[in-house]
Amino acid sequence: MPSGIFHERYESDERIFQTWFVRIWLFVLLIVCAGFPVFASKYMISIMTEVGIAVIACHGLNLLTGFTGQISLGHAAFMGVGAYTCSILITKSGVPFIVALPAAGVVTALVGMIFGIPSLRLRGLYLAMATIAAQFIIEFTIRRWGKLTGGVEGMYVDPGTVGHFHFDNHIHLYYLTFIIAVVITLMTKNIVRARSGRAFVAIRDRYLAAEVIGVNLFKYRLMSFAISSSFAGIAGALLSQYLQVITHESFSIHQSIDYLAMCIIGGLGHILGAIYGVAFWFILERILEYVTTSLNSAFPAHLTWFVSIREIVFGVVIIWFLIFEPDGLAARWRTIRAYWKLWPFSY
Amino acid sequence: MQNEFLFFMQFFLSGLSIGSIYALVALGFVLIYKSTSILNLAQGEFLMVGAYICLSMTIDFGLNFYASFLVTMIFSIILGLVVERLVLRPLIGEPIISIIMVTLGLTYVLRGVVIMIWGNDIRQFNVFPEQPIDLWGVKLTYLYLWSIGISFFLLSVFVLFFKYARTGIFMRAVADHQTAAQSMGISVKRVFAMSWCIAAVVSSIGGILVGNIAGVGVDISYIGLKVLPAVIFGGLDSILGAIIGGLVVGILEFLSAGYLDPYIPAINEVFPFIILVVVLMIRPYGLFGIEEIERV
Repeated sequence: MPSGIFHERYESDERIFQTWFVRIWLFVLLIVCAGFPVFASKYMISIMTEVGIAVIACHGLNLLTGFTGQISLGHAAFMGVGAYTCSILITKSGVPFIVALPAAGVVTALVGMIFGIPSLRLRGLYLAMATIAAQFIIEFTIRRWGKLTGGVEGMYVDPGTVGHFHFDNHIHLYYLTFIIAVVITLMTKNIVRARSGRAFVAIRDRYLAAEVIGVNLFKYRLMSFAISSSFAGIAGALLSQYLQVITHESFSIHQSIDYLAMCIIGGLGHILGAIYGVAFWFILERILEYVTTSLNSAFPAHLTWFVSIREIVFGVVIIWFLIFEPDGLAARWRTIRAYWKLWPFSY
Repeated sequence: MQNEFLFFMQFFLSGLSIGSIYALVALGFVLIYKSTSILNLAQGEFLMVGAYICLSMTIDFGLNFYASFLVTMIFSIILGLVVERLVLRPLIGEPIISIIMVTLGLTYVLRGVVIMIWGNDIRQFNVFPEQPIDLWGVKLTYLYLWSIGISFFLLSVFVLFFKYARTGIFMRAVADHQTAAQSMGISVKRVFAMSWCIAAVVSSIGGILVGNIAGVGVDISYIGLKVLPAVIFGGLDSILGAIIGGLVVGILEFLSAGYLDPYIPAINEVFPFIILVVVLMIRPYGLFGIEEIERV
């Protein structure tokens, strides 16, 4: 029985999947996800699509907030930029989906950088405020620029097509989201373990020291902002395909807070944290949905009571995690794993 | 000329009265930031809770308006204490992101509780008379004048309180330097609790005023976010700055509604946030804030 992992070369130390055990289980997980539509119901598939989209968005936010230490409260608005860019390109200009999707990422990265540049000079609190402002200004633009975005009524999105895949088919959309989510997870992991990721972490931990050892703060903060927003843009574009009708309400400040909460619950600054957080959030949401619908049918007189249960539970969960589990599920999972690895001789 | 002036004054005075409410809420905000360096994004929810309690005391329980005002104040004090003790105190010393996020979690809880108790509808107070009065051609309701009066009264009370009262001086001392204040025998914990109480009280007064003007609904909690530009404009850690920032942002919001509306409809909804971005670009420490922002 191995008593630990011992690396003899840097390559093995820096490997993404370090042991055979992890590789096999990951392979199994990928097979299960790929074969998911075969046995799952339509409802489950659409939920998994939502999960995939949220994972992409959370990776972006985690890169910015978890790794670079820049708080963003406008992530949903950036997703909105991506969603509307993609939809306008497809629906109004007839651009093929395969062009519109990356275009959404690029445009969102540019918009993110516009709001990022003034706030890049600032830290912490001030950046949070600048992104709140970005959230409201973008939402306002979506709401009032009726000619382009359909205004308050929102807009219908033409389903995108790539070859034989039509993304109004939920299974095709599921596969698209799944593939992009996997690619973006790998990309995030690679960004984080490469030079830029180390620069991000250095900036987060002590930006002055980072500057002294030669990290270009402006460049790397801007880069983190741009990558984060482009992930948000791609997630938004996929969300627009999923929703088929988009309004400004899908991209409100509440969604921004939700994404931040998912990242925190999962664990800021862990790649898997984003995935754990999203999974936790969606599972909790399903449970609450089940509980509230069954309570609603049991006590129809108190309808408003159960509507608000969701908000209260999520609020309490956020506060609970921050007070008792500030490093999130990723850290908790690590302690559990360490415990079992050494069991029964753990102390 | 005369008409243009009246047009200006109409928006100016309405802006002044809303701005004075912003100033009140901003005061609570700055107070918490100054003494505990917490950015309280749940300020708007304190305001909403205050407005709902006062409303429900007046209308559902048939209390006299002044009595329900008192009940609201007592409740706000308790709310401030409970929140500080249960939620914020365990997080002292945690990174900024946790503290910002915990106040956001608090907004979810408070909003949920309010919807659970009072439902989703917008309700009206109908305490102050509705008909407008004519001030040299500018038409305002009594409500606006009342809010200007009450806010200015409270703001001056607080300025005096911080200047002369013992507790006020304690609070300034803690804001200045926590450890030094502690070594002089000031209980920092009490000061923290005190600032949360005052913040809850002033914002619920603001909530009652806004609730009288615009009706009470869950959406009035957005004022808590609209106060951010005011706070940044005046400087995050300056009480005087919060007051001036609140007034200026309120006035600019209404003037933008008056003058820019023909070009961009409803621009006043986001105008405070445009101010916020501009201030962050030009002068992020605000008018009276301490310049301690690192530049990159």
